[in-house]
Amino acid sequence: MENGVWVFIESDSGTIADVSLELLWKGRELADQLRCELGCFIIGHQVSDAASDLIAYGADMVCVADHAQLVHYLTLPYTRIAVELIKEYRPSIVLIGATSTGRDLAPRIASHMRTGLTADCTDLQIGEYKFGKRIWKELLWQIRPAFGGNVIATIVTPETKPQMATVREGVFRQPDADPAREGTVVDLKPTLTEQDLIFKIVERVKAEKKVNLKSARIIVAGGMGVGSKDNFELVRELAGVLGGEVGATRAAVDAGFVDHERQIGQTGVTVRPNLYVACGISGAIQHRAGMQESSRIIAINTDSDAPIFSVAHYGITGDLNEVIPRMIKAYKEKD
Amino acid sequence: MAYRMVCLMKQVPDTRNITADVLREDGTVNRQALPAVVNPDDLFALEMALDVKDKYGGEITVMSMGPPAAIEVLRDAMSRGADHAILLTDKKFAGADTLATSHVLESAIRKNGPFNLIFCGRQAIDGDTAQVGPQVAEKLDIPQVTFAEAIEFLDQDDIVIRRAIEGGFERIRGRIPLLVTVTNAAANPRPPSIKRKMFWKKAQTRSSVQSEEEGEMLERGLLIPVWGLAEVGCAAEICGFQGSETWIKNVENVKLTAHEPKSFDTSETGIKELINELINEHII
Repeated sequence: MENGVWVFIESDSGTIADVSLELLWKGRELADQLRCELGCFIIGHQVSDAASDLIAYGADMVCVADHAQLVHYLTLPYTRIAVELIKEYRPSIVLIGATSTGRDLAPRIASHMRTGLTADCTDLQIGEYKFGKRIWKELLWQIRPAFGGNVIATIVTPETKPQMATVREGVFRQPDADPAREGTVVDLKPTLTEQDLIFKIVERVKAEKKVNLKSARIIVAGGMGVGSKDNFELVRELAGVLGGEVGATRAAVDAGFVDHERQIGQTGVTVRPNLYVACGISGAIQHRAGMQESSRIIAINTDSDAPIFSVAHYGITGDLNEVIPRMIKAYKEKD
Repeated sequence: MAYRMVCLMKQVPDTRNITADVLREDGTVNRQALPAVVNPDDLFALEMALDVKDKYGGEITVMSMGPPAAIEVLRDAMSRGADHAILLTDKKFAGADTLATSHVLESAIRKNGPFNLIFCGRQAIDGDTAQVGPQVAEKLDIPQVTFAEAIEFLDQDDIVIRRAIEGGFERIRGRIPLLVTVTNAAANPRPPSIKRKMFWKKAQTRSSVQSEEEGEMLERGLLIPVWGLAEVGCAAEICGFQGSETWIKNVENVKLTAHEPKSFDTSETGIKELINELINEHII
């Protein structure tokens, strides 16, 4: 199992996170390309049943660390178990979802292993890297928009293993399950030390996920051009009339117009709806990375040079305060 | 008990308001043209440290790794009530990824002596990785609580922290020493005191003052210590560009293809045409 591709499977009360399955889909592709195995590890309580599902979704090997005290994520024991596994199986690549858990765990592991880690990748590929006279073959290309407008950086970790990356939800597809697939399950039977449990969760309040942007067929999203929290009502109204969900850019979320869970883009969720209506969104690359694969895109912006128009199929140069009410009226008047 | 605290802060280009003035012709951002600011989350981290100091007593040392200009972050932190400031600057620190940065910060924290609590912002707006805090905690071999919103209880070594998770929060109880990364949902940063601000405005590093002024500056406490590689005591090969394990293979300008969307005017007729087209194509 050395030099394999590994995925950390995040679970909460027995349910596997979507992003982990999406990473299995990508991990399978990378492993096939590298002619190696796809492993994964799941830490939690009563997670043994998940192992057969994970094999059906593409894993060749599943390591299960089941313990009553591990029912929710805790930094220290999860890190220790992950590090021990990595030292034993020496994977070449480790992929982790960029959730609040993954963003706590991944840097901790990378720091311990003294290896590189790239956050919020929007694509992963296998390719070579030349530096002077040296050539590395089959490295993980960790691709992400970099600070500074329309720039995409490809990052590599040539000299240390594992090569590590985090990826947000929605960037990759969900795999199809194949119940006939076969694989190995390793039961780790972890023992926890007093030091592992120095922190304990005393209370946990978690609302059911209210919005599911990924499965929405229509999304109406607003950016800073919407202007205010109150004015965001227009975006909501159009979404309501069209039977769609409301999305937003990071700037609009940071400005408090809408909740974080509606953020679309590199540091939010990636969506591919049938229709994406971009209202007052200029179209920074970080946002486009999360929506440009939508089947149809309508851009409404006062600035005809806004980059959003170059990914849009339909463009309206104008004030959304006039355009949106007219869209609602036209839709309601349809025969 | 009086707590010994370290607050890690970073100077960043202000990416929140990118205007046309800072865009190059090819659409990329001229980083130098952006104003340099204190990373927003780091101010929330400092506020949490100041709150601990107010309630329980203690001392806060602020550290910032960056170019000499990052002294501005330290002046700001001192104006808000920090007790000591150290600028971590050396050519050998430049070009660091998060791993290499964490090596320098770990060494500097150890060099600074015993500590109870380390605070840093959840993430920096120039890279958004949120990696440095946890990487430092791992190197110091101490626990961490990330995405912290409030310290709800602190008594001797016992601490209860509320942290954000997807769709909710957790209350987590444990013991210090501890590293905490703080989100902008925490208590709002207090403004700098005007008096302190006037005073700390004059603070300089030793290398930037004339030798005849040095004595007076030192006496008034206005010389901010600068720690380079030698002072921090970190091996050169694990710092900066050399110590970085992520290498940039290439950076591509995304050329937006000269793609023209089908355009509709804003009149009622124009909008109706668009809606009808969408309906006819069964999109809505």
